[in-house]
Amino acid sequence: MGKNLNDIRADFPILEQQVNDEPLVYLDNAATTQKPKAVVEALTHYYYHDNANVHRGVHTLAERATEQFEAAREKVRAFINARSTKEVLFTRGTTTSLNWIAASYGEANVNAGDEIVISYMEHHSNLVPWQQLALRKQAKLKYIKLNADGTLDMTDAAQQITDQTKIVAIAQVSNVLGVVNPVKDLAKLAHQHGAVMVVDGAQSLPNMPVDVQALDCDFLAFSGHKMMGPTGIGGLYAKEELLNAMAPVEFGGEMIDFVNLFDSSWSQLPWKFEAGTPDISGAIGLGAAIDYLNQFGMAAVHEHEQKLVDYVLPQLLAIDGLTVYGPHDPAKHTGVIAFNLDGLHPHDLATGLDMEGVAVRAGHHCAQPLMKYLQVPATARASFYIYNTKADADRLVESIVATKEFFKNGTI
Amino acid sequence: MALSKLDNLYRQVILDHSAHPHHHGHLQKATNEIELRNPTCGDVLQLEIALTDNKISDIAFSGDGCTISQASASMMTDAVIGKTPAEAEQMVQAFSTMVIGDRPDQDLSILGDASILKGVAQFPARIKCATLAWKALNNALTGEDGKGMAQLLTSHED
Ligand SMILES: Cc1ncc(COP(=O)(O)O)c(C=O)c1O
Repeated sequence: MGKNLNDIRADFPILEQQVNDEPLVYLDNAATTQKPKAVVEALTHYYYHDNANVHRGVHTLAERATEQFEAAREKVRAFINARSTKEVLFTRGTTTSLNWIAASYGEANVNAGDEIVISYMEHHSNLVPWQQLALRKQAKLKYIKLNADGTLDMTDAAQQITDQTKIVAIAQVSNVLGVVNPVKDLAKLAHQHGAVMVVDGAQSLPNMPVDVQALDCDFLAFSGHKMMGPTGIGGLYAKEELLNAMAPVEFGGEMIDFVNLFDSSWSQLPWKFEAGTPDISGAIGLGAAIDYLNQFGMAAVHEHEQKLVDYVLPQLLAIDGLTVYGPHDPAKHTGVIAFNLDGLHPHDLATGLDMEGVAVRAGHHCAQPLMKYLQVPATARASFYIYNTKADADRLVESIVATKEFFKNGTI
Repeated sequence: MALSKLDNLYRQVILDHSAHPHHHGHLQKATNEIELRNPTCGDVLQLEIALTDNKISDIAFSGDGCTISQASASMMTDAVIGKTPAEAEQMVQAFSTMVIGDRPDQDLSILGDASILKGVAQFPARIKCATLAWKALNNALTGEDGKGMAQLLTSHED
């Protein structure tokens, strides 16, 4: 704690550049965040000094690599307050983590006629694995409805989750609507009916304190690259008793205890699930990203983002013809803000913003069922992170207005 | 101001086509039809073609899309009416080469109005918006998955 969030731009060299002759304003953080020097340097340092395979050598470098890799696991454990590092698996990211749950826990526990409950706001990676599991098992996939302001309809949740439900899988923070879902209440509801609670933490871990014991979730999936870590690394938290009962999804080196000609036994947790050489540098980079975030503390990170939302959301709502999806009350909205301008396709809007150096995303945000639910083909989306400033918010608003004028007049 | 660069992409003719697209809607009787999606953005385009005596006698499109994809579809329909499928294929190739920007000296006269979309080459992220309608044309005529065109464009997509 202690490091000042208003003074960190210098940690992100990538932000100091011109795009289309304008200073870059990077507002596509929900897709992926930029990396501080500390993370890039951790990768470089590892490759320059310590690179070796983990868990397989008696030599000094192998020992160092293993030690740093496992130290990163401990950093993740502490970051989400898991009971033990046995409960922390390294994966390629949220998508892989969710697929593992479906392929292992889902395959073993969901049968014909059972239910899997998700919501209309899920990212494809917390939707398609469940949809395909349901198809394989002839189980029923159910969707929790949304309230008019985009928040989850908890009355509907209480109806959708029944004694037939085996899995409830919900994003803690939506990557489109910017809402925070009450996953703790959902976990309670799921447990009352004997179901497990899967939390998609891709958008929550980067932005707020997350405590898996307080949430009492059974599984939590996340991606390192959305919290300033490298791409290709992420994690899966699961309660130890569940992992003990679950079969590995992949087989090979690292994950075995003993291999005979016709059968094998598995290594202990967490290695039982980590077949093959893992993304060692990625894990170390993720550890460095967690150290970086911990300098401020997640409460301060969240507060910084909330201040930006308080500042920018009312300005966006004041633009004539602009629709913001999700809650209009800044207190209920995270730094992920999806919007559209009347009569202008979000692609055209995003190209206009790009010409002004402002990077936003336009499209369906891997949430086609949500787009259908909102009855829009696509939206633009600005998403803020810790290095963004009020000046960035001003540039966003100004360039939206300028782009709107351009298309109204046909020229400038 | 950097927005002035937008003029290179959004020429007045393009904005006009997008605001008032030609051949927008459905045909009474189509001989060839196709629905094509742009999976990265969710845009959908339906294209209906009436072939009479080996010529495109009528054509119509519908669906959701951005200014570039709508204008491109409108211009494409103007350009291919009265053409044989073989001529239309040539136009698909010409358009594709044009938006990739590989051959600046290319003769674009067969494309009619659609040649104004040349500026798209400077906006790589938007090439697939411009080509959606032409891909649909190609697929609807060949009954295939737009092979020639797809090959030419894969390196610029997604
Ligand atoms: C809510 C949510 N879930 C899942 C994902 C998938 O993450 P990844 O692509 O890193 O596996 C994302 C990221 O796009 C997301 O925003």
